[in-house]
Amino acid sequence: MGVEGIGASVARKEDKRFLTGKGRYTDDMSVPGMKYAFFVRSPYAHAKIKSIDMSAAKDMPGVIGILEGKQLQADAIGNIICGWMIHSKDGSPMNMGVWRPLAHETVRYVGDAVAIVVADSLGEARDAAEAVVVDYDVLPAVTEAVKALEPGQPQLHPEAPNNLIFDWQIGDGAATDKAIADAAHVTEITLRNNRLAPNPMEPRATLGIYDSAEDHYTCYTTSQNPHVARLVMSAFYNVAPENKLRVIAPDVGGGFGSKIYIYPEEIVCLWASKKTGVPVKWTCDRTEAFLTDAHGRDHVSTVKMAFDKDNRIIGLKVDTIANLGAYMSLFSSAVPTYLYATLLSGQYAIPAIHANVRTVYTNTVPVDAYRGAGRPEATYLLERTMETAARELGVSPAELRRQNFVRTFPYQTPVIMNYDAGDYEASLEAAMASADWNGFAARKAEAARRGKKRGIGMSCYIEACGIAPSAAVGSLGAGVGLWESAEVRVNAVGTIEVMTGSHSHGQGHETTFAQLVADRLGVPIDSVNIVHGDTDKVQMGMGTYGSRSGAVGMSAVVKALDKVEAKAKKIAAHLMEADESDIVIENGELKVAGTDKTLPWFQVALAAYTAHNLPAGMEPGLKEGAFYDPSNFTFPAGCYICEVEVDPETGVTDIIQFVAADDFGNIINPMIVEGQVHGGIAQGIGQALLENVHYDPQNGQLITASYMDYAMPRADDLPSFTLSHQNTPCPSNPLGIKGCGEAGAIGSPPALMNAITDAIGNNSLTMPATPQKVWAALNAAN
Amino acid sequence: MAKVKMTVNGRQVGSDCEDRTLLVHFLRDNLALTGTHVGCDTTQCGACVVHMDGRSVKSCTILAAQAAGSTITTIEGLAANGELHPVQAAFKANHGLQCGFCTPGMVMTAVDMIRRHGANLDEATVRAELDGNICRCTGYHNIVKSILAAAAEMAGAQQAAE
Repeated sequence: MGVEGIGASVARKEDKRFLTGKGRYTDDMSVPGMKYAFFVRSPYAHAKIKSIDMSAAKDMPGVIGILEGKQLQADAIGNIICGWMIHSKDGSPMNMGVWRPLAHETVRYVGDAVAIVVADSLGEARDAAEAVVVDYDVLPAVTEAVKALEPGQPQLHPEAPNNLIFDWQIGDGAATDKAIADAAHVTEITLRNNRLAPNPMEPRATLGIYDSAEDHYTCYTTSQNPHVARLVMSAFYNVAPENKLRVIAPDVGGGFGSKIYIYPEEIVCLWASKKTGVPVKWTCDRTEAFLTDAHGRDHVSTVKMAFDKDNRIIGLKVDTIANLGAYMSLFSSAVPTYLYATLLSGQYAIPAIHANVRTVYTNTVPVDAYRGAGRPEATYLLERTMETAARELGVSPAELRRQNFVRTFPYQTPVIMNYDAGDYEASLEAAMASADWNGFAARKAEAARRGKKRGIGMSCYIEACGIAPSAAVGSLGAGVGLWESAEVRVNAVGTIEVMTGSHSHGQGHETTFAQLVADRLGVPIDSVNIVHGDTDKVQMGMGTYGSRSGAVGMSAVVKALDKVEAKAKKIAAHLMEADESDIVIENGELKVAGTDKTLPWFQVALAAYTAHNLPAGMEPGLKEGAFYDPSNFTFPAGCYICEVEVDPETGVTDIIQFVAADDFGNIINPMIVEGQVHGGIAQGIGQALLENVHYDPQNGQLITASYMDYAMPRADDLPSFTLSHQNTPCPSNPLGIKGCGEAGAIGSPPALMNAITDAIGNNSLTMPATPQKVWAALNAAN
Repeated sequence: MAKVKMTVNGRQVGSDCEDRTLLVHFLRDNLALTGTHVGCDTTQCGACVVHMDGRSVKSCTILAAQAAGSTITTIEGLAANGELHPVQAAFKANHGLQCGFCTPGMVMTAVDMIRRHGANLDEATVRAELDGNICRCTGYHNIVKSILAAAAEMAGAQQAAE
């Protein structure tokens, strides 16, 4: 592997700029003549707009322009769309309502944008925004999905009667019903997957710059996928043709899914820059982020899991209601369907599965993918059900899982996915050994002597990453292909630039992608630059989400490197008068195998560009591009164990240990992979213990709209984590990578909830398990 | 509008700003020191931590005018002669950062924490003292590790010097 190659824990190349304050995030950008935007937003969850009066505001100090939705519509800027078509089980297409970038008829959630104020300073823009008088006719609001489906509830969109977006199913309902009827035991449970706010530490921001001389737009934005942003803004929102729109996502301070989507603000700031004649910068404040960033999760599900007399699972029936908020965000329809129900087999061989999913409009901010996106919901559902079943059946939770594991691969589940490789028992064994599972009884007794309730819980997760084979997702309704691109550009002196369509916003691609090149060519990683995040510099790419950058993005780099190496070998063979098949690349040199003939890498690169002595007919230069379209999803899996101690006096849960045993396939940089798992687990613990988006059900006001009200995990809420890897290489991509970005957030919530419910002896506990809820559940149990 | 003067990273600076200007915006907008970040509106996240007269403060919670005449060190002023400060070096060696947005505040908080506790820092103290700094990427695991490593390194260096 070498000290900088694949498998080495290389310190990150990008760290120095972040550590010295030289990172360049969107809000750090500044251009001549730049002005500041502030959005006028609805204070109501549901209302008709009767009038918008700007007369007082437009004369306030510093104000350059105030623009509203009617003008946007008159300029033919398009409405925001969902890019994944789902059909209901009756064959009808999903009922998508209208989402205007600036509302001018109806507002549907608190924070819905109504107008933009552009002024000399942010303070002046904010002052003027407060002076814009919007006359609202307030309507009743509904915030909970289950309630929104009931008769007589407020109706959000005329396109969606009863607020139902679609009623979708997957699997074999009749076979599943029969399994349940034939079962020796059926475990039934209703589970709520709580609503979360993603909260990357960098709030969203955008800088729109219109150049009237060139009729050209530049958009700096906090995006995980700048090319997708450009495509959507060109093709659907009519902002500008692609060749007249440059999108730059510079350093981006975390995303976790929430920066995949194209929000109203990017569109409106670009349009406003043209209308006002000045560059327009908007930076979200934190409360605005809580109000307007797409949220995650928010499912209510009922589950029936059927077992035969030998405790083998014979059927699983799931009914889920998913809240999609007030509008359909870009990938919102895919999350509770193909990213969720296709993982309902978990690590288990289940012959019959059926899931029904209804998605619902409510007067809340749109819900879309948040770290894990559908897979945490599936894992939570399965793993709490498995734990519940083990308790009901009186068997060890580890044994019940072990008995039902998929053991031969490939394994075709009844819900589309075809698992290609894995060893679930290996992770289970490793986690149990690491956690000293067998010593738990003694620890529990010791804790009891101190008056504490100790509990232990596990979770065996599987997820689908490497998103995704384009034709497969196209057949399931996706509006785009999910391949990735790369270009490897060898400079004349042998240094290398890699242009990737993946985007790094914390993942460390500038290091790991360089490690791949270093591994292949034997050059130092300092001679390799990774270029990403700018549509003018990088060929079309699909961006970073769904733990896809290693499995898909790096596979594209591999394909491009294959071509570069092939050409370099031809040149070297020609120069050294050897057979091309005898050339090997090692330690930055091209060698004729079995001889002492060698050429340094830079001399071959130079020869490619001087072109004085190339093989007959060969083009000069050394630069190759590739597109990689995966042939299957990848299937990271693992076992997480959590041990807790509950204080019966206060209901406070203390996490004693958290063990993760993961199978990510091959690993490029173990240090970075571990960092991804740490962060994912913290978000999962946050969901289980602390975090919850709460809307007032009476009026739709967001109660948890600041860090004073929304409990982010802090350092003293968490333990240090114990990690290990039991890797089975992925057979479907050249590097054998499965992906690691989301696993922590997927596997951890049920492990923690299983531990707490074990400690308190009451399974009726919802996330987040706050001290108040735990105390109440504990006392209800006793 | 008022002219506010202070010493920032060893340089005397003065600039006109609105009375309501917060120190963080003065640093970012008037002095173009964009390493100090704004991550919340309620003094919770700590992305904006700088040192004012040698102590860590949240620059989003101080008016620029209140900092007039003071000596400020920002993340840009921490590395000397192109060498990373031991805390910065420890964050790099221990992968104590991912997206980098909370990092300047984390590092400035850590420097002050080590100044006050020295080699007596332990994991529980570090975690308790990080209560005012939020990170969404790392789960704090490697931040805690970085700070403990830096504290040990700096204590060792001090001992060697004595």
